[in-house]
Amino acid sequence: MKQTPLHRNHLLLKAKMVEFGGWEMPLSYAGIISEHQAVRTSAGLFDIGHMGQIKVSGSDAFSSLQLLTCNNLSLLSPYKGQYSVLCNERGGTIDDLFIYQLPDYFFVVANASNTEKVLNWLRSRVTPYTQIDHLEETNAALSLQGPKAAAVLQPLCNTDITGIKRNLSMRITVKGVPVLVTKTGYTGEDGFEFFFEKAGAKQLWEGLIDKGAIPCGLGARDTLRLEAGLPLYGHEYNDETSPLEVGYKWAVKMDKGDFIGKEALQKMEREGLPQKLFGLVFDSKVIPRQGFSVFKDVGEKEPIGTVTSGTFSPTLKRPIAMAFLKNYRENPKEVYVKIRDVLAKAEVIALPFYKK
Amino acid sequence: MIPENLKYSKEHEWVKVEGETALVGITHHAQDALGDLVYIELPKVGAKLSSMQEFGVAESVKTVSTLYCPVGGEVVAVNEELKAKPEIVNEDPYEKGWMLKVKMSSPAEAGILLSAKEYGALLAK
Repeated sequence: MKQTPLHRNHLLLKAKMVEFGGWEMPLSYAGIISEHQAVRTSAGLFDIGHMGQIKVSGSDAFSSLQLLTCNNLSLLSPYKGQYSVLCNERGGTIDDLFIYQLPDYFFVVANASNTEKVLNWLRSRVTPYTQIDHLEETNAALSLQGPKAAAVLQPLCNTDITGIKRNLSMRITVKGVPVLVTKTGYTGEDGFEFFFEKAGAKQLWEGLIDKGAIPCGLGARDTLRLEAGLPLYGHEYNDETSPLEVGYKWAVKMDKGDFIGKEALQKMEREGLPQKLFGLVFDSKVIPRQGFSVFKDVGEKEPIGTVTSGTFSPTLKRPIAMAFLKNYRENPKEVYVKIRDVLAKAEVIALPFYKK
Repeated sequence: MIPENLKYSKEHEWVKVEGETALVGITHHAQDALGDLVYIELPKVGAKLSSMQEFGVAESVKTVSTLYCPVGGEVVAVNEELKAKPEIVNEDPYEKGWMLKVKMSSPAEAGILLSAKEYGALLAK
């Protein structure tokens, strides 16, 4: 299993370690719920060194990426980033990404479990004048999230960070470590992500913790993104589900010219989406999990949908789930999820569950 | 963290034998592996269980686990406090976090369960 340069720090903090996307990563340190609350009320620090960091350069970098992604790269300018999706010809999803335009190249961040697939997908489709480099050997990454993230970060750098607005990036030095800092995250809170060379990982991690950041693992990362209604590959996204079904039409720019998957996505829009993603909120105590069937009513035999992610929401203090529903045109108000031998009633809501 | 006076199952439950009755709970290792517990489903008082029968489930934020009763018998009490505060099992799995009190149909059954030493060896594997 692959390890980030902070592996030893996680073990010193007695983290519970798990395998994720081929990496040995911390699931939790003090406990998922307390880490979740730290991000909602203070500042949490995540090792995200498992995420794929890819450099796309060369004279055709723009045109190659523009043809492969759903969002419009023309909307970028130096140091600006955008969320985007790589689709296959069927409109299904290869991966969802963040792409930053830097002065000399595009910097792409992919999901850990998909990085090899994304590299292969890009390398087999770009022009000879596009260079794809995987930065795994050299780079690490951290994510600092929560209402106190800026207060934790500012004393460690000599640049005024208030100028970094949502989705923007900047090259700064934090605790002596040169980083690309971005105003992004995956928690529903304000926060920063740092991309930097491995040698600085320990210094940065320990520096941010000294200033009050609470170490958080993948468990809290999952409950936080779920409350924020953010999709995750392998749950909401897969080779067969499109960004349209997930509710990310805003990231699909039909007017930008041709791109892989466009025809299929347009057809889907014309003929109607097979399903749409909703939030489910439960009164019961049992917890819905991925793959559980959703029914329109008690006594119905045919499911109208499937749970893609489910957990106990530390903020709402109730079980929540995201689920694809086929009967979305009927504006369903409530549905039932089969959880072992019970049918648990759920209120259907538009995502997200939590907004700061 | 493995009390000497208890017996253990390979499924990470503990049993405290008191004459013909037994208290049943899950081990420190089990609660730690599950993480923050948010719901524990227990049987009704009066339920009859055979040994290693499922008696409930423990839901944590991350996962769900089936609970097995290492000894057969009749449930004479359940820990009602866990309904509102499942986190008691995380905090004190061997005392306040007990789950069931079972009147054993054949108390000799408890004899074949693992000792603290044997359970410790199982965890060390």
